[in-house]
Amino acid sequence: MPKLSAILTLTSSLILGIGGVWIAYNVDMLPVSASMNAPVYDELYRVLFIIGCILFIGITALVIYSLIQFRRRPGETGDGIDLEGNISLEIFWTAVPAIVVLFVGLYSYDIYDRMGGMQPLMHDHSGQMDNQAERVWGGIGSGPIESLSKENSSSLPIELTAMQFAFIFHYPKEDIISGELHVPVGREVSLKMESKDVIHAFWVPQFRLKQDVIPGQPTILNFTPTKAGNFPIVCAELCGPYHGGMRSNVIVDEQKDFDIWLKENSKESI
Amino acid sequence: MTISLKPNDSPPEKLQPTGWLKYLSFSLDHKVIGLQYLVCGFLFYLIGGSLAGAIRVELTSPLSDFMPREVYNQVLTLHGTIMIFLWIVPVVNGAFGNYLIPFYVGARDMAFPRLNAVAFWLIPPSGLMLITSYFINGAAQSGWTAYPPLSITTPAAGQIIWILSVLLLGGSSIFGGINFIATILKLRRPGLKLMQLPMYCWAMLGTSILVVLSTPVLAGTLILLSFDIVAHTGFFNPSLGGNVIVYQHLFWFYSHPAVYIMVLPAFGLVSEILPIHSRKPLFGYTTMVFSIMGIVVLGLVVWAHHMFTSGTPPWMRLFFTIATAFIAVPTGIKFFNWVATLWGGKISLNAAMLFSCGFIINFVLGGITGVALAQVPFDVHVHDTYFVVAHFHYIVYGGSVFVIFSSIYHWFPKFTGKMLNENLGRFHFIITFIGFNLCFAPQHWLGLNGMPRRVAEYDPQFQVINQISSVGALLMALSTLPFLWNILQSILYGDKAGDNPWNALTPEWLTSSPPPVENWEGDAPLVIEPYGYGEKNSNKIQEGMK
Repeated sequence: MPKLSAILTLTSSLILGIGGVWIAYNVDMLPVSASMNAPVYDELYRVLFIIGCILFIGITALVIYSLIQFRRRPGETGDGIDLEGNISLEIFWTAVPAIVVLFVGLYSYDIYDRMGGMQPLMHDHSGQMDNQAERVWGGIGSGPIESLSKENSSSLPIELTAMQFAFIFHYPKEDIISGELHVPVGREVSLKMESKDVIHAFWVPQFRLKQDVIPGQPTILNFTPTKAGNFPIVCAELCGPYHGGMRSNVIVDEQKDFDIWLKENSKESI
Repeated sequence: MTISLKPNDSPPEKLQPTGWLKYLSFSLDHKVIGLQYLVCGFLFYLIGGSLAGAIRVELTSPLSDFMPREVYNQVLTLHGTIMIFLWIVPVVNGAFGNYLIPFYVGARDMAFPRLNAVAFWLIPPSGLMLITSYFINGAAQSGWTAYPPLSITTPAAGQIIWILSVLLLGGSSIFGGINFIATILKLRRPGLKLMQLPMYCWAMLGTSILVVLSTPVLAGTLILLSFDIVAHTGFFNPSLGGNVIVYQHLFWFYSHPAVYIMVLPAFGLVSEILPIHSRKPLFGYTTMVFSIMGIVVLGLVVWAHHMFTSGTPPWMRLFFTIATAFIAVPTGIKFFNWVATLWGGKISLNAAMLFSCGFIINFVLGGITGVALAQVPFDVHVHDTYFVVAHFHYIVYGGSVFVIFSSIYHWFPKFTGKMLNENLGRFHFIITFIGFNLCFAPQHWLGLNGMPRRVAEYDPQFQVINQISSVGALLMALSTLPFLWNILQSILYGDKAGDNPWNALTPEWLTSSPPPVENWEGDAPLVIEPYGYGEKNSNKIQEGMK
């Protein structure tokens, strides 16, 4: 009965689809989102999760169903059906994954663009001593980099030096050196990073951002925190025996509290 | 004056040892070499597995309290290197390739038997060298990726021994690859066309092309790295003007294809096992062949997806995202075709079948997380975390290692002439499948929530999940016991297998078990329909039996 099997296929795919969406919206596996690009990331994650659930549950169900339905019963002899292929089916399951993959690729390109990944990097060094154009590579979330010398720059410039096994943050305007990163809520931070020894990586899971910190090659990471709180900074690139202990904190304050922190620490440094 | 040699002046062939001693000799028989690869690989698997156990014990508590930190890094470096270069690559390529390919093409041996033996005998010394480097001055401790400058600044002796040993193993792999290409293309029995070959031949042809194209790049890179360490050159040393990113490009140009070197042969083996145990033709032979070749071509142009956080220009990130995601298309075809091969069959639920189906389920999950990881915005969060650890263990363990076990259950009767105990085999499968998923599924969550990989200490909030993962690892370790018992028991007291216990059509089953030195008494059989199962063809199978 081809009609019955068509109805069965349709219902089961429908259940599968709804199930996938339900799981993706009800199983939350991500930490708190605390930066501008985290909600965008979570959106992509959810779409990937829906597609993944549908595919995984669908194929697993097919395999288990086949193993039960088509198992060799005791005393049974002979072979299965003589089916060497089916061109239209094969075209179908070449085309569908191709379309899905193309959709996912274009969608993630869009997400990447919205996170600021496609913006060109401009790093103006005109006001500085070395005139050599410096190659700078940006992480995701890196927007146009304002010159550090510009007065009305909207983003907060911070320099990060990574070494075995610590992150050192330097606030160039106030000349503050800190082992923890203090940033205000809602203002773009532009982190210029370089390593003193081996490759490290700057990762804040709640910001959904990671960028390697490379010796001999500055990297830039821009991000805007959206939630006050205390989040871990984790080194994500194997950097030696104490790699697991190379951690710090990013403390996201309200602008008021951040200004107090800045004032207190610049006084100390004078 | 010229001296001419008469044709019959060639030196007499030296007698090869017989009995079990031949497995310790420089044997030229492809079947002996195949089993040498298999047993040697399995011994290294036990060592690599013990190292994994040590890692999981360390991670049951958030503090670094089980072993010194330097030793932990050595253990994780050795674990990765041993599992990749001494277990999976030699076994899925060397062991099954050497044993099966000459049968499949209708030859009496590989194209270059001496090169073949050399390729195998490079493995034990380089493996021993790698492991004993621990006792000299500490083994390498910069991970199996050996990224400079870390690999330049850590103790030199261990790192240099690591490089030497990987170079030798790479050489062995290249010798093997050349041999497979020559055998498949040039030693085919007259009358046997390429499109009539069993799928494993196509998988090995594709894999060998990858081996020959990409392994030399790794060798070159590691030689440059060793110059940096020993002669203080500055190829990759930033303090001497070197560039560390160049190393990553060169390294991944080999090491991404290396993943396909580990899984493509596994795809081939599964394509042999599924039709026999479900009594159906392999679904879509031609599309399977083209998808293997598609994976080979795409596999060479996706390497930079390992470097999305290293600082790569945006256009490069975009290109590698799209290229990587598109590998899902040919891979997807293979999985749908396998499911279609099961559909409507008469499936025997034996250990070989169960491990193959376990492979399909595990690999689909690993493939889905792989497509997700290919997306730059997704990857920047989970790169270098336990999410990636989970992903690639679903590929290489849930994928390749499950297929290795499946293949051992399938071909053991041919190797030894004895049957394995199926009930013990099913028990082995259940413990392995549960243990594996218990160990690695929770690691996806760990990665998404902030646990980086390669750490000996971590945020205490992850302790419970890590302990669950360690319980899974313990189950995986225990699962080798019924397997080993089964092997020993069956070699000694197993039921006689007969020539063809599975009623299979491929040529290795059309001879005695174990096969004679020249593979067949008389001429090699011409099998032009290796997958001619199915109801309509039942007569043909009856003939094939005779």
